[in-house]
Amino acid sequence: MNFLKHRWNDIVEYVMEKVIFLAGIISIAFVVLIFIFLLKEGLSLFKTYSPFSFLFGLSWYPISHPPKFGVVPLFLGSIVVTLGAILIAVPLGVGAAIYIAEVAPRWLREILKGLVEFLAAIPSIVLGFIGLVTLVPIVKEVFGLPTGLTALSGAIMLAFMAMPTIVSIMEDALTAVPESYRAGAVALGATKWQMIWRVLLPAASSGILAAIMLGIGRVIGETMAVMMITGNAARIPTSITQPVRTMTATIAAEMGEAVQGSEHYFALFGIGILLFCITFLINFTASFFIKRKR
Amino acid sequence: MKRLKKCALFLSIALIIFLPVSTFAYAKDTKTFQIKGSDTMVNLGQAWAEEFMYQHPDASIAVTGGGSGTGIAAILSGTCDLAQSSRSLHDEELKNAAEMGHPITETVVGLDAVAVIVHPSNPVTQLDVDQLSAIFTGKIKNWKELGGNDLPILVLSRERNSGTHVFFLEEIVRRGIKKATEEYSHEALMMPSNQSIVQEVKSSEGAIGYIGLGYVSPQVKVLDVAKSAAGPYVHPDLETAQSGEYPISRPLLFLTSGTLDPVMKDYMDFVLGPDGQEIVKILDFVPLKNK
Repeated sequence: MNFLKHRWNDIVEYVMEKVIFLAGIISIAFVVLIFIFLLKEGLSLFKTYSPFSFLFGLSWYPISHPPKFGVVPLFLGSIVVTLGAILIAVPLGVGAAIYIAEVAPRWLREILKGLVEFLAAIPSIVLGFIGLVTLVPIVKEVFGLPTGLTALSGAIMLAFMAMPTIVSIMEDALTAVPESYRAGAVALGATKWQMIWRVLLPAASSGILAAIMLGIGRVIGETMAVMMITGNAARIPTSITQPVRTMTATIAAEMGEAVQGSEHYFALFGIGILLFCITFLINFTASFFIKRKR
Repeated sequence: MKRLKKCALFLSIALIIFLPVSTFAYAKDTKTFQIKGSDTMVNLGQAWAEEFMYQHPDASIAVTGGGSGTGIAAILSGTCDLAQSSRSLHDEELKNAAEMGHPITETVVGLDAVAVIVHPSNPVTQLDVDQLSAIFTGKIKNWKELGGNDLPILVLSRERNSGTHVFFLEEIVRRGIKKATEEYSHEALMMPSNQSIVQEVKSSEGAIGYIGLGYVSPQVKVLDVAKSAAGPYVHPDLETAQSGEYPISRPLLFLTSGTLDPVMKDYMDFVLGPDGQEIVKILDFVPLKNK
């Protein structure tokens, strides 16, 4: 009887192991398949259109005859919005994480953590809509611009989206610093501020960098909110207070219209490859930093 | 722990067995006809479909937007039964369709006038097509060049999947010249909908944009438009669009492919009939002239 029971357990063990293995393999296979599909569709563009004019072309007029698929204005649009968002989100995020991890009393810490994570749960379209009716008129008024639909509005809104990622990973990194570091610093007569600035932040630096990289990854892939509030003009941006068109918004806005198998359709997949490469690079650097931390 | 494992195993088996069953249960036997396309026409299409389904309770029609380009792409790939479009197909698209074995038929079901709108405080009241072209290509950048205030012009266009975008590009930006290569200025903002253009124009003194006549609201000012500087400058409304005096009006189209399902055929007759055309008028579009 006992023998049978052991036998049954072995079988269950075996089946579960295979099921989990399959689940793992499937998720990897999906990534590979997606990349292959992207490559296949995106590279088809270069049969008829030169890769050089795609990567370095300065204008994006996809439905003209002949069309122009210069990705530079879109790329720069994404960069301007992302940089702006990160410049806003990182100082705020670092401050919030330090406060939550080190300064706030225990009861407040739990509430704040919950609220920051709740911020991550707000759908991006809702943030975009709120930005459109509240932030956009303010930006127009404050900077005296002809329109509030600018890279700046997008950057501010996206900063809110990057914050939860940055704060929660950074907070983890800070709490992971061994208690002995804190005790040591205080024993040497450091003030709380000196301890945070000179000991905790350097000790948690790779975690902090990882948090920033993942925040960037979150921002550069964001679509709906930027499409609603950045104005979508495919120009080369010279200032953050101008309208821009990001890569993601271009794909979203034009995919429905592009006839399958047309040059335009392939060009949108080309942008997809570019985006995929950028986010891959960012995630790769982030995991590099996380590994170094361990 | 053991119990937990058994529980997990049981759950995964149950999932594998019941998942396909539950999806089958959702399959229905009445066919829902899919109509897709022009955002300008989506309210109109929904009003038609509602009235048609009221008259034919067993018919089921779903109307969605996404832009004329979306509708054209959908009818070419066979993912909708009928496409609504506010622009004619290009030669290339017609050729594509024939090659893919889906020859497309266009039917005019109504007219739409495209109104050019500015902020109510703007002293400019009329523009000709050449001036509009210069504004939208970015050659004229300030309202003072047009007799207005010293204010930079904010150019608003619809997004590229919009039939209005393409129509305005061909008829105004390129002034109806087939071989012309003018483009919207790269500084032009691409707005996702008629509504968002109205929203932006009413809050921005220097803005100019174009929308379907049905979307004009009292918070914006509609300009009179002339074919050339010689005039006459015409205000867009029902009569001027129907008579063709107003220079920026266009046909609203149904695109169909191959042989039509009888229900879709009834639907088309309904739309072209008196009830359908009355709905066109109620929604501030321009009905076809009585033959």
